[in-house]
Amino acid sequence: MEAKKRTCQVQLTADGRLKHFLGIQGLSQALLTEILDTAESFANMGEQAVKKVPLLRGRTVVNLFFENSTRTRATFELAAKRLSADVLNLDIKTSSTAKGETLMDTLQNMEAMHADMFVVRHADSGAAHFIASQITPRVAIINAGDGRHAHPTQAMLDMFTIRRHKGSFEGLKVAIVGDLLHSRVARSQIRALSTLGVEEVRVVAPKTLIPTGIDSLGVKVFTRLEQGLKDVDVVIMLRLQKERMSGAFLPSENEFYHQYGLTQSRLRLAKPDAIVMHPGPINRGVEIESAVADGPQSVILQQVGYGIATRMAVMSMAMSGQLQERSQ
Amino acid sequence: MKRSLLGGRLLDPSTGLDQIMDLHLEGAEVVALGRPPQGFAADETWSLQGQWVTPAFIDLSCHLREPGPSYKGTLLSETQAALAGGFTRVCARADTQPPLDSAAVVQSLQDKAQQAGACRVLPLGALTQGLQGQLLSNMAALKRVGCVAVTNMREPLQDNLVWRRGLEYAATCDLPVFFYPEDEALAQGGCAHEGAQASQLGLQGIPQTAETLALARDLLLVEQTGVIAHFSHLSCAASVEMIRTAQAQGLPVTADVALSHLLFTDACLQGYDSLYHVQPPLRSESDRLALLQALREGVVGAVSSGHLPHEAAAKMAPFAASEPGMSTLQVLLPHLLSLLQQEQLQPLQMLASLSQGPAKVLGLPVPSLQVGQQPDLVVIDPQRDWVLDEESSLSAGRNVPGWQACLQGRVERVVLDGRLAWSVDASCE
Repeated sequence: MEAKKRTCQVQLTADGRLKHFLGIQGLSQALLTEILDTAESFANMGEQAVKKVPLLRGRTVVNLFFENSTRTRATFELAAKRLSADVLNLDIKTSSTAKGETLMDTLQNMEAMHADMFVVRHADSGAAHFIASQITPRVAIINAGDGRHAHPTQAMLDMFTIRRHKGSFEGLKVAIVGDLLHSRVARSQIRALSTLGVEEVRVVAPKTLIPTGIDSLGVKVFTRLEQGLKDVDVVIMLRLQKERMSGAFLPSENEFYHQYGLTQSRLRLAKPDAIVMHPGPINRGVEIESAVADGPQSVILQQVGYGIATRMAVMSMAMSGQLQERSQ
Repeated sequence: MKRSLLGGRLLDPSTGLDQIMDLHLEGAEVVALGRPPQGFAADETWSLQGQWVTPAFIDLSCHLREPGPSYKGTLLSETQAALAGGFTRVCARADTQPPLDSAAVVQSLQDKAQQAGACRVLPLGALTQGLQGQLLSNMAALKRVGCVAVTNMREPLQDNLVWRRGLEYAATCDLPVFFYPEDEALAQGGCAHEGAQASQLGLQGIPQTAETLALARDLLLVEQTGVIAHFSHLSCAASVEMIRTAQAQGLPVTADVALSHLLFTDACLQGYDSLYHVQPPLRSESDRLALLQALREGVVGAVSSGHLPHEAAAKMAPFAASEPGMSTLQVLLPHLLSLLQQEQLQPLQMLASLSQGPAKVLGLPVPSLQVGQQPDLVVIDPQRDWVLDEESSLSAGRNVPGWQACLQGRVERVVLDGRLAWSVDASCE
């Protein structure tokens, strides 16, 4: 129990404000709503003549990507710049032999340069948590994806998307379809959806791609897409990585599409006003039909736009909590 | 040297003795319990009110880090830690660098152990050359230089045929085989018990079948080859049931559980504390309770330390990237005593699992406090509070459960071959 408490508290100040953003677990509905509300205030900034606010002026944000990512890194960079921060991007290839030491040394070096915030993506689950609790607790850590564990900013932009298009979370049924086993996005989405009070979260995948005991998070597990889609308000498709075929998770992309691909006819099983989401980049003809991805129910491109606002919200909130803590 | 140990609580698992009584030693030999023999003039008397006296401990599996990287430990540091933990005999794991696969390497280890002069070292030889699972090691030679058993640790064998031949050959040499059952493919890449906890934390799981499948195969081969088999570090309830069945069928099969698996479950992984990254992974509470129950019933006859010392940096990494293992020799006793306090174990059961049980596994005479016997002894103060820290740790390992925390119960003295080999008060001076 004590350990559990500790985890939740790592990312919060004594008075419950965000000082790191490591995962959704342990965050209250009020705090998640605050993130969404703050994001809302940034959402229309992109259309203004001057796309900047001075919330992080004079602060240094370092994007530490131990794993490749173009899109996520770009949105974090834009978000930081729109908050007027100085941004440094570092792509770090880890040597597999001394991963831990490399990570520690890199971070301590960055801290010595008086960085204020690290945006971290790392292949190991718990990496962001490890950094925040063990290495540089006085630098605000934003988790940009750790292993299979969490991708909380993606989950929050998805929540933002759902709230914008559905108004609220009450009474919603949401289906998450695809490779749940390897998905940090799905794990964060499930926690966020439950905390925000949707009626039902479903996960749909073949047994090879469903994490053991995932029902402990309160989700309903389906192995048939047709059953999982029935009467849902939101369909979230996950990206299928090509390497899953060699790991004997699936026989072929073709068979996956046949069984789990979101087609127009299958989408008709959902509610008529259901929205279709995808964290991107999409594999047309593998997890989703082009006609659905580009169709009227798809909000996939809107998601990308909301990503910047949501990340601005999280970064500004964590920085302010971290500064409050430092001043004490 | 004649010694009288006065007023201690004598606990002898081999006879069931549990009584406050004096014990008199002449050299290593117990010459009397209760009243001293006629004309016995002790050179030294120890007043042991409130303390326990019991046969010293034997560990079935600890890593002494020699040969190997000295920043993780040396034979000297780890055997001294063992002695301070109440162990006078420890089995040394075969997966050193290089492995204990030749008489020369083992002999050199024995020589160093002799020089170190702490506890006795009982090497576990490698079943195959380099632990590579293809060519058998020179087992008869390994036995000649003192190996008490052979093992391939967690390294896979090339195929079942090599297993069969290896076990047949070990049986020919009258060497028991230590198994650490694990199916390589099912465990590959995993670092946590496959279950809700690992799924939530995003850690790759190791299913129970990784252990039970290998165990089932091993048991069938044990039956076929007639080798004496010991299964080390069992982690699942299902494995215990398989051992129980095998024993009921009369197979020569014993088992141990590592300290970590009696104390902790995968609930400890919440927060990604890399201390709890161990092999096999910590499993569920029902598994832990089944292991305890098996220990009480004797199906699992021994508790092993599972001692695997690491420098601090080995654990300073995200969970999966940290090195697995705990350093436990010096803190095993207080942790097991905590199970007594929770009434999960009785004192004699606990002590049997540390002396009588391991002796039976190794085919050694069962240590006993009876008159005429020459047991190594350990004196325990079950109430004494102490802290294991940089100053008091003898092991090089910093991956210790309860590091810098208050521990209750301490090994006060250890008698080895009739001499006082360790005394906590001497160490404090």
